[in-house]
Amino acid sequence: MKIKVMYFARYREQLGLDGETLDGEFKVLDDVRQALLAKGGPYSLLAEQNLMCARNEELCKLDEPLAEGDDVAFFPPVTGG
Amino acid sequence: MGIRVQQAPFDPGQEVNAMHAANAGVGAVVAFVGYVRDFNEGREVAGMFLEHYPGMTEKALAKIVTEAEQRWPLLKVEVLHRIGALEPGEPIVFVGVASAHRQAAFDACNFVMDYLKTRAPFWKKENTEDGPRWVEGRQSDRDAAGRW
Repeated sequence: MKIKVMYFARYREQLGLDGETLDGEFKVLDDVRQALLAKGGPYSLLAEQNLMCARNEELCKLDEPLAEGDDVAFFPPVTGG
Repeated sequence: MGIRVQQAPFDPGQEVNAMHAANAGVGAVVAFVGYVRDFNEGREVAGMFLEHYPGMTEKALAKIVTEAEQRWPLLKVEVLHRIGALEPGEPIVFVGVASAHRQAAFDACNFVMDYLKTRAPFWKKENTEDGPRWVEGRQSDRDAAGRW
């Protein structure tokens, strides 16, 4: 299954990319994170304790189930307002 | 409910007046305006850039306002948040809440800001005397959101 992954703010800068498409078997959102962590290098930032994530533009937790074609986003804690 | 995410500046006074202009049943308006400060975390700030997640931002704000409307008897809620480059002294965010009586408006405005700070996908990058830096999320903001 294909999943589109997006990065924002400091994550986008440190990874040097806005996003990418991953192909693999992902049951929950954390499976995507684990696949990215396995790439090593700057992806280690996805191990940060306060990481936030979203599925299809809604905040969720890492145990969120995924389906083909979902959009996933990883980002540091939000700082608006 | 009005949700606006825009680069353009806004006039807080005009926004407050618009909260009750069309409804004589409004007895209370509470408004919060957030501004860019020229100093933060020990460094002078010459300006900032506000990044956001287009699409999700509007959805997240609408969800927060809907929750406020379910918790309190509100007559009007307006949320306006700026993005892009901002200078010290400029307004960043406006949250206006109108109700018949003051307590609902006070509480709902506070609630919307606490949730916006911890759930709406905006990120501030400050230009300081030592170069640009991302603003870190604060535990005090997460604690404030947790009390609701």
